[in-house]
Amino acid sequence: MHPAPSVIIFTTFSGLGFGLLAWMGLGIPDVGGMTLLAFFVIAYVLAAGGLLASTFHLGNKKNAIYAFSQWRTSWLSREGVASVVTLLLFGLIALAQIFMGAEMAFSGVIGSVLALVTVFTTSMIYTQLKTISRWNQPLTPVLFLLHAIAGGALLAGEVKIAGVLLAALAVVMWLHWQQGDARAANRGTLGDATGLGHLGEVRMFESGHTARNYVLDEMVYRVGRKHAQKLRMIALGAGAVLPAAILLLTPAGHATAFIALALHLAGAIVGRWLFFAEAEHVVGLYYGK
Amino acid sequence: MTALPSKTDKKLGLVIDLDTCVGCHGCVTACKGWNTQNYGAPLSDQDAYGADPSGTFLNRVFSYEAQQSGCASQTVHMPRSCLHCEDAPCVTVCPTGASYKREEDGIVLVNEDRCIGCGLCAWSCPYGARELDREAGVMKKCTLCVDRIYNENLPEEDRVPACVRTCPSGARHFGDLGDPDSDVSKLVADRGGFDLMPDLGTKPVNKYLPPRPKDQLDTAPLDTVADEPKGFLGWLDKALDKL
Repeated sequence: MHPAPSVIIFTTFSGLGFGLLAWMGLGIPDVGGMTLLAFFVIAYVLAAGGLLASTFHLGNKKNAIYAFSQWRTSWLSREGVASVVTLLLFGLIALAQIFMGAEMAFSGVIGSVLALVTVFTTSMIYTQLKTISRWNQPLTPVLFLLHAIAGGALLAGEVKIAGVLLAALAVVMWLHWQQGDARAANRGTLGDATGLGHLGEVRMFESGHTARNYVLDEMVYRVGRKHAQKLRMIALGAGAVLPAAILLLTPAGHATAFIALALHLAGAIVGRWLFFAEAEHVVGLYYGK
Repeated sequence: MTALPSKTDKKLGLVIDLDTCVGCHGCVTACKGWNTQNYGAPLSDQDAYGADPSGTFLNRVFSYEAQQSGCASQTVHMPRSCLHCEDAPCVTVCPTGASYKREEDGIVLVNEDRCIGCGLCAWSCPYGARELDREAGVMKKCTLCVDRIYNENLPEEDRVPACVRTCPSGARHFGDLGDPDSDVSKLVADRGGFDLMPDLGTKPVNKYLPPRPKDQLDTAPLDTVADEPKGFLGWLDKALDKL
């Protein structure tokens, strides 16, 4: 699949922002006043900024308002509704906590659940696609949720919890690749896709188009597959293993937390690029790819 | 609404005969022509006369070779366009309600006044049947020529999709696949029409008719007629060896 920068920024940063909000709803970090305001600003810039980025690749932005209408059937629409509801609720919580000193414990918990629901709906946009068997597996939502709450814990300053969650993330990343490889290998053949397998071995004689087209550009993107193994090691090492080791094995401090966060962000972006770039769409079979 | 209708009154669709199709791309051209001048945004081209041309098409013909080991290969031309699936994933994933399946005839259409061009419907389609128009920024797909088949301003013989009307080899058929007594349904029953990628659960309405069994000609390379030259050639062979 074509790894559009807008979608990578959207899933990575909005996931991180909603992950931070999920912790803040539970009263973590336990701060108030201007410090709390700063945390809310960071969470909103990440979450809302990511959502805005996701609109950059739209072909026809003027109809964007309709995207909130089909929540009964569409995960993308549910994602839009959940994110707006979550951000509105946390807006009210932030006002009450910062300027009125209110506790907001109950609505905070609801906000936390909604933040996680939002990340889940984001993951389901990809998980639901039967055409991309690498994504169509139960671990995809787990991967997205762990990214969000581990990154969120890191931002919230809960370094030991973040360390444990990042270690869990490393395991899930690895399992997701193993499962994904097995699923992608079972996509079938050109003979299966064309229904001509009974005639013998099927190969492409001539493509339907001599030039590139939207389907090839978008769904038969193969650049990522060449260096997939190396990029996986970078994503796993920088995104999860190294920051987990730093957080769990060194004394807590701002410097180590900052290094762990920088590593995690870089690794998460590489991992998310690869998530799209190495995904094989079943339509590639018709091109013999 | 992007919920799929529980059932449609008709199941209009195409039956494509892979035995008869000669791969002339006439249907591709007729489709591009009609759908550029009629329903919705035109099918644009980018850099049409330049070094890197590309464009939007709703129907494309792929050619494949199938070969049993030791036999001659067989060429099969396979036109591909939207299959107007009963369980169309492209409809339910749409966030705006632009993508819909009509209850009256089962045609899957895009309401371009609602489409945001996110491309998720194209991702959900196993058949590569949807292309985002680079000029208009909206998703384009086969409309089954909805603006021809009910168009009373056209002569009756023209009230079929442009690809069917133009096909010179009679490889494309249009009709109601929900009616077991229709010509297309009988054709599918007679010829063993099949679905593309049925395991993905999309329940395509369009059917493909498999190529008829072919004679296997003995086209293996001829055996060597003579290993050892005899007579005059034999003498010449020996004489040349001695030189």
